[in-house]
Amino acid sequence: MKTNRERFGLALIAIALIALPFVLAAAGTAWVRITNFAVLFVLLSLGLNIVVGFAGLLDLGYVAFFAVGAYVYALLASPHFGLHLPFWVILPIGATVACLAGVILGAPTLRLRGDYLAIVTLGFGEIVRIFMNNLSSPVNLTNGPKGINRIDPFQIGPLDFSASDTLGTLVFSGPIKYYYFLLLVLLAVIVINRRLQDSRIGRAWVAIREDEIAAKASGINTRNIKLLAFAMGASFGGIAGGMFAAIQGFVSPESFILNESIMVLAMVVLGGMGNIWGVIAGAVLLSFVPELLRYTVEPAQMALFGKLLVDPEVLRMLVFGLALVLTMRFRPAGLWPETRHRREMDADRA
Amino acid sequence: MDILLQQIINGLTTGSVYAVVALGYTMVYGVIQLINFAHGEVVMIGAMVAFSVITALAGSSLPPLVIVLAGVIAAIPACMIMGYLLERVAYRPLRHAPRLAPLITAIGMSIILQHLALLAWGRNPLAFPQIIDNRVFGIGGAAISSVQIAIILLSLAMMAGLSWFVYRTRFGIAIRATAENVHIAGLMGVNANRVIAATFVIGAGLGAVAGVMYGSYYGIAHYTMGFSLGLKAFSAAVLGGIGNIAGAMLGGILLGLVEALGTGYVGELTDLCSWPITNGWLTGQCADGGNFVLFGSNYQDVFAFLMLILVLVFRPSGLLGERVSERA
Repeated sequence: MKTNRERFGLALIAIALIALPFVLAAAGTAWVRITNFAVLFVLLSLGLNIVVGFAGLLDLGYVAFFAVGAYVYALLASPHFGLHLPFWVILPIGATVACLAGVILGAPTLRLRGDYLAIVTLGFGEIVRIFMNNLSSPVNLTNGPKGINRIDPFQIGPLDFSASDTLGTLVFSGPIKYYYFLLLVLLAVIVINRRLQDSRIGRAWVAIREDEIAAKASGINTRNIKLLAFAMGASFGGIAGGMFAAIQGFVSPESFILNESIMVLAMVVLGGMGNIWGVIAGAVLLSFVPELLRYTVEPAQMALFGKLLVDPEVLRMLVFGLALVLTMRFRPAGLWPETRHRREMDADRA
Repeated sequence: MDILLQQIINGLTTGSVYAVVALGYTMVYGVIQLINFAHGEVVMIGAMVAFSVITALAGSSLPPLVIVLAGVIAAIPACMIMGYLLERVAYRPLRHAPRLAPLITAIGMSIILQHLALLAWGRNPLAFPQIIDNRVFGIGGAAISSVQIAIILLSLAMMAGLSWFVYRTRFGIAIRATAENVHIAGLMGVNANRVIAATFVIGAGLGAVAGVMYGSYYGIAHYTMGFSLGLKAFSAAVLGGIGNIAGAMLGGILLGLVEALGTGYVGELTDLCSWPITNGWLTGQCADGGNFVLFGSNYQDVFAFLMLILVLVFRPSGLLGERVSERA
């Protein structure tokens, strides 16, 4: 049972989240967009958390599934093929295709040791990008490096997510509408994640993560359960990808490079693998790092040296790399660790 | 015929570079059963250091060979230090942690190395200065350049040297003993920490030379080159049987050949116009000597990955490896 105090806290958080876009919009719509991307990254991290956090499988090409979802959306809702399906049809298709990609990739590698999976996923991320770059001939499927333009925004009946609506005195701009949609999806994903974690499957994942041989001996079909984690993480990535394509209105292979996978991994690791709230906190924290760097490092360098010596983009990646190394060295279960995971990560170090 | 021979020569050249890089993966794996994710970046740093030195000396009156040698000699210790640091920072403190931990620190280290290289050398590729008179010899209708000959010979020499070191010296015995069983080797008086650090350092030293060879073959070095080179070399190591030194060599050369032949012929093989298909639309596409190529040579980087997947599906232990169980 939840206490009244907890209920009150939750209500406060809910009100804050609902009011947030209007506060941000006062500072500029750009901030609402930045927040939307942060929520998107929270979704991606939660998806990757199933694979890395729950099941303990290192996936270094997670962005590939994000890319699959984004391209499915782009192809089915843009003038590129002249198809304009509604988003509630495309998002499940994107999730299914990403899931299939996950199964095809996972099936041969998951019976082997974890390191193989890490490097195969690393390669897979790169291969997906090569295909997106080159599938413009002989039949123009992906439009190559130029990417796909003019992707349809979400549309529910007369409600168009790209236009502004006014309700009384409140102005609902496009990004604000996307924000609320993302928030709903996030809520659903959190609920699914919580239920999964406490389910038989969730316990099987943790068992495999902690000791695969013992898990097998206890009657868990380790290969299928691992495959399930992989496929589920991939589907979440596919859904996030579809929403990314709609919000952005444009997809190109450039958005799906290795660095993005590393960023999502850093979010999961820093926050605390396996702990949903930790992962969310990690994703929010690291999502705002590039903005923070842009607003501090750039002006500081301009003032000090009169020119840009260190690109904030490079610093961003250094921060992610350091986050991975330092978290693992000094706080291996993350900033907000899951209790069981902390015991596991610390026990072996004693 | 001469195209086939040419592709074989090109494949042998890149393959021998893959083999040398693969040795770095396989040695580390043999001893601690972990993949050194940052090995590709160490190779990249080797190429960058060597190119900087060579470019700096290019204007001097020294003979070209001495200049290149100076570059290599500067790169080897730089990479060895890098390999040592990598082991100390990313692997040694986590040796008894869950397997996921060192994998994550290693990928973090490789991102850090890559972006430090970006800071140090910039976004643009470094070009190899035109100081070597690259002579081209004809054999049987194909061409082989002096750089290619040098790469193949040097790789063979390094592989032979490493085999001698591992199988004929006292320290080599210590390495093999540690690979067999760390604890028992420790009881026999082998200092496991030293052996493990040594495999990182030796792999990095070999990688430095490989980086220079790879860079001079393609004429450029770039801060991102370590990624695909590392991935391919790892595939080569798995193909040969990871942990097996002879396997890495065989795997590297085979992968180079597959890649060169695949890239050379994939366009021709997937040209639907050369297939016995009768379809009105396709005939229209193929009219007047047109073609309909499904996959062209721009898919070059895909072959290594396909190879890796195929090996993992059909023979996960590799060509020469022992059976790899889920937990060795």
